[in-house]
Amino acid sequence: MKIVVLAKQVPDTRNVGPDAMTPEGTVNRAALPAVFNPEDLNALEQALRLKDQFPGSTISVVTMGLPKSAEVIREALYRGADQGYVVTDRCLGGADTLATSYTLSQAIRKIGDFDIILGGRQAIDGDTAQVGPQIAEKLGLTQVTYAEEILSVDPEARKIVIKRHIDGGVETVEAPLPLVVTVNGSAAPCRPRHAKRVMKYKNATVKAERTPENAEKYAELIARKPFLDITQWGAADIEADMAQVGKTGSPTNVKAVQNIVFKAKDSRTMTASDADVEGLIIELLNEKIIG
Amino acid sequence: MANFYTDVPEIRFEMENSPLMQRIVDLKERDYADKDKYDEAPQDYEDALDNYHRVLDIVGDITANTIAPNAEEVDAEGPHCENGRVRYASKTYENLDAMIKAGLNGVTMPRRFGGLNLPNTVYTAANEMVSTADAGFENIWSLQDCIETLYEFGNEDQHSRFIPRICAGETMSMDLTEPDAGSDLQSVMLKATYDEEAGCWRLNGSKRFITNGDSDLHLVLARSEAGTRDGRGLSMFIYDKRDGGVNVRRIENKMGIHGSPTCELVYKNAKAELCGSRKMGLIKYVMALMNGARLGIAAQSVGLSQGAYNEALAYAKDRKQFGKAIIEFPAVYDMLSLMKAKLDAGRALLYQTARYVDIYKALDDIARERKLTPEERAEQKQFSRLADAFTPLAKGMNSEYANQNAYDGIQIHGGSGFMLEYACQRIYRDARITSIYEGTTQLQTVAAIRYVTNGFYSQVLADYEQWPVAAAYEAYKERVKAMAVKYNACVEAVKAAEDQDLHDICARHLYEMAATTLMCHLLMQNASKSPELFGKSLNVYVNYAESEIEKHANWIGRMDTAQLESYRKS
Repeated sequence: MKIVVLAKQVPDTRNVGPDAMTPEGTVNRAALPAVFNPEDLNALEQALRLKDQFPGSTISVVTMGLPKSAEVIREALYRGADQGYVVTDRCLGGADTLATSYTLSQAIRKIGDFDIILGGRQAIDGDTAQVGPQIAEKLGLTQVTYAEEILSVDPEARKIVIKRHIDGGVETVEAPLPLVVTVNGSAAPCRPRHAKRVMKYKNATVKAERTPENAEKYAELIARKPFLDITQWGAADIEADMAQVGKTGSPTNVKAVQNIVFKAKDSRTMTASDADVEGLIIELLNEKIIG
Repeated sequence: MANFYTDVPEIRFEMENSPLMQRIVDLKERDYADKDKYDEAPQDYEDALDNYHRVLDIVGDITANTIAPNAEEVDAEGPHCENGRVRYASKTYENLDAMIKAGLNGVTMPRRFGGLNLPNTVYTAANEMVSTADAGFENIWSLQDCIETLYEFGNEDQHSRFIPRICAGETMSMDLTEPDAGSDLQSVMLKATYDEEAGCWRLNGSKRFITNGDSDLHLVLARSEAGTRDGRGLSMFIYDKRDGGVNVRRIENKMGIHGSPTCELVYKNAKAELCGSRKMGLIKYVMALMNGARLGIAAQSVGLSQGAYNEALAYAKDRKQFGKAIIEFPAVYDMLSLMKAKLDAGRALLYQTARYVDIYKALDDIARERKLTPEERAEQKQFSRLADAFTPLAKGMNSEYANQNAYDGIQIHGGSGFMLEYACQRIYRDARITSIYEGTTQLQTVAAIRYVTNGFYSQVLADYEQWPVAAAYEAYKERVKAMAVKYNACVEAVKAAEDQDLHDICARHLYEMAATTLMCHLLMQNASKSPELFGKSLNVYVNYAESEIEKHANWIGRMDTAQLESYRKS
């Protein structure tokens, strides 16, 4: 099977210190260590389990970001992925979810052949949960979100059965291949790095990470071990429409950021009766909370 | 995120700061001959060291974030015996799975069998961290080092059939002890008979106290020579669980290391194959096996000491009495500093021993490929002797320190430490076995005493005195030299008495004097390179060691043949 895993390098917002935010209210990326987005690791584990089950499968990991985001590719290689692609270009910066999903879908088109695209439900820096579903739309594929476990795959019948995490329980769905699956954080955690793979791939880099000082060393390494050269693509490589990438391609505008403190303490319980629901809708409309 | 490797820089220090390390790596890597054959093989010394750090970082991650959080549940649940098989505690399977997925099996085995080809020194560091997380699980995982004995004494065919399985994560056990053969393994009675018809050996009888006794691959000590009664009639066998014939009769209910199943085994016509030559089982192979296992217990002990220290330190910082954290009180920081000093000194001894083992084992291995040069042969002999002399010190002293540290760890917790809610009580229970199994401290003394009487430790101390130390530590060096003078005087006095019982009763004291003085030197070397990591411990340990030497010297000074009467009980 051919599996694509989408991964993102994110600031580690789980370990937030006092300097995590700038005075302007944006994330202070310098103060937070960059990590593999946690739910993307859950997605990678699902991919690795498929590979365990179907030996000979290949896992390609795709990330978009700065050159240093090759770190997530290395992490994925250490855990069992076969190859990685770093989509990096100045013109891709400042992308919202629409531009990001466009760029990633172009990269996936360039990879071409795939059966399953897996990604985390959402990234801990933006928490939008939009990129996976948008990619499915752009590629015209079925999508299953909030996946907790891939229960079975039948490559002959081109079918997959997935357990989804839903409010108050789980749901089992069947879907056709190829498709996009976004994986929830309640799925199995990712396996550890593998000792041999760490030793094998520790010098894997993308071109943009290499400096004039170490270029010679890497050229020599790559000549002997071509797998140490991680594929790097720019906007032109993925034949991107420049109007749809980066800031230009992002209709989202951040007007202001406010800290919200929830103050309400009282709670009310309502039944599921039509009368109660209707009453609530009218109340929310009157108070201009919805509408 | 917690990581038992990066959180304890003292371990990393031991990986890279010994002048022996480069030699170890050059030998183990055969001058980097694998570099174009295996993608993961290092190109040079720096590359190899970088690999070691990265592998240990993985171990540090798994131990801190999987094994340690599982330890309490594993301790409470323990393994069960069902229809003659062992079922581990549920979380033990999770631990094993993590280690297998990380490729941390067959750590020291050559790459051609699927191993990582790492030195014992690095494996020891991994062992130590696993023990800090869960000493019971450490037994299951670290019994993989039995494969070294199969590698050293098995044939090519056995290598190719068994070693790759261990590298892939199958487990091992060494089946030695029997109800009437504990410390005295010469009395082993498990019967091995050759089955002419089937063309294989058959094992019949029982074994007791077998750690991880339901493992995939067993090394079994059995009596192959009918009619014999001593060690010369014993051979070593390989039993493969896939062949069947060995069942678990029961699992012992122990005080500690609950995660590790201690089994009573019944052999019924179990098919087995000979490992090495007949009659060499106890004399040669079990000795090799035990030396490896003793180094393993030394690492387990250091891991437990680290765990005891971590718990005590955290509690002493957190617990407030009389308006301040209890760590502020001299009575408390006195205990903590001594725990840390014993931990640092014991760890220095552990890794020095591991390095000695590495050099002679690598040369042994090379000798199987080609003839050693005369210089290499001399080096092999020198390090083999050092390893033999240091292994009982590292095992005995560290296991005693682990117990002392576990005791002090509970003391620092006060009444809370006596309650089962805190990890310190598990560490205390787990530590207790370390000074007993794989040879009690009393038997470590027996193994070491000839190096006391033949002057070998004195010679090593004299050699160590030639090592330069940082200017700031010259005064310590003089004090340690004075300890050696006292030690040598005690050795001479005991020898001059020419009384075997007197000699034996003084042995433990002499053993501790030698070990303590050697540890002062090792810690002094470490502190000279990294005063920020070891400077305080050096001061505390030398103070402690001085008083220990004085205590032992006084005791030996008082002891004579007439005194023995008061000690004899019958």
